[in-house]
Amino acid sequence: MDVNKNSNTFGFTVIMVIIVAALLSTAAIELKPFQDRNVELEKKQNILSSVGVTIDRDGAEKIYNTYIKSELVLNVKGEEVEGSAFDVDLGVEMKKDANAQLLPLFISNVEGVTRYIIPLRGKGLWGPIWGFISLEEDLNSVFGAVFDHKSETPGLGAEINRASFEDPFKGKTIFEGEEFTSIKVIKGGAQDSDMHGVDGISGGTITSDGVSDMLDERLRMYLPYFSTLSQTDELDLVFNQLDSLVLVDNSNIN
Amino acid sequence: MSKSNLLSKRTKQLLSDPLDDNNPITVQVLGICSALAITVQLKPAIVMALSVLVVLSVANVIISLMRKVIPSRIRIIVQLVVVATLVILVDQVLRAFVYDVSKELSVFVGLIITNCIIMGRLEAFGMANGPWDSFMDGLGNSFGYAWILIAVAFFRELLGSGTLFGYPVLESLGIYELGYENNGMMILPPMALITVGIIIWIQRVRNIKLVESK
Repeated sequence: MDVNKNSNTFGFTVIMVIIVAALLSTAAIELKPFQDRNVELEKKQNILSSVGVTIDRDGAEKIYNTYIKSELVLNVKGEEVEGSAFDVDLGVEMKKDANAQLLPLFISNVEGVTRYIIPLRGKGLWGPIWGFISLEEDLNSVFGAVFDHKSETPGLGAEINRASFEDPFKGKTIFEGEEFTSIKVIKGGAQDSDMHGVDGISGGTITSDGVSDMLDERLRMYLPYFSTLSQTDELDLVFNQLDSLVLVDNSNIN
Repeated sequence: MSKSNLLSKRTKQLLSDPLDDNNPITVQVLGICSALAITVQLKPAIVMALSVLVVLSVANVIISLMRKVIPSRIRIIVQLVVVATLVILVDQVLRAFVYDVSKELSVFVGLIITNCIIMGRLEAFGMANGPWDSFMDGLGNSFGYAWILIAVAFFRELLGSGTLFGYPVLESLGIYELGYENNGMMILPPMALITVGIIIWIQRVRNIKLVESK
């Protein structure tokens, strides 16, 4: 038989394509549940790690429910809307019109301390980068940050998911007085006194810049919500002061 | 093929040649791209070498089994499809069961498809030889690729970051106190090329017959 006949070439191609397609789609379908599970557990692990709870992936499920007290979905005006924050896919949201985006927010309670965890997503050099940043109750100081990436260069941009990059975010602030000033990743290293800057990665400048942009863009979206929160705080403060005034008045009368 | 022939002189040569005299990276200068890209640290280099080993030896066997029925006009496409299928399968399996490793390798698993060593071996060896020899040839070339990758990654991670497998070797040896600083150049791709160049130089000094006559 002459394998080089046209009919043979066609036949061979068709059979090969069918076999390969069947093989790959079976593999993809069979392995999908395992892969999705890994991604979900990793997300929980990352959320926990941003509030200082380190746990292996298998333990993340249980601990997550203990420490994460509420999951909110916000609109851009800072109002709460219906939905599951965990299932909001920032990759999808960010393709929408800026005013139509849904903003997920996680509130943790670890040993009595409330912290706000904001999911992040942005562009690295080769693909998406993402992470979680947790703010203290004052909505200004950063308690912790974790980052991850899809396809940054190992040893360079990929270093954003290392503790050596993430740890310096702790204690930085996102407001200068009243004004929102995001944290920047600075090439060549940040000054120790800089409350809004951390060291960049040698050889990973584009990924570092991606982190800066991502922080600025995502955190800015939550400002309306922050201001409603701090207004309620201020109201509380006013009420407290009124209470104490009343007390003072009473004592005067007596 | 009888059992006694399984490790004949020829098959042994198939394994040992690519390690030195016919090394895919230093002699044939194939697969340079991945040698530059993933040798910043040891761990990804080793996982990459293992993935290439699996893909190359299996693809070589598959092509060798099909060599008599592959129409010669589309043989390159067929080789490409076989390699791509294997790489996607490896990637999917890594992602499902060893998630951390697959994250470590990120884009480079996909780039195995374009590794010239693999296509080169399929075309030059798998298409013309039996499955067992092809398997040995695949193993041999993977080992040849692996040791260069690991050697380059060793020096780049040690001199560039001061660590090995992420463990701070230089710090615990107290080298920094003597005034040494990490060489930032080592983590950039050009130094990988220079490191490969130095390996080629040493190899040719030791092995004169590799030097081309003028």
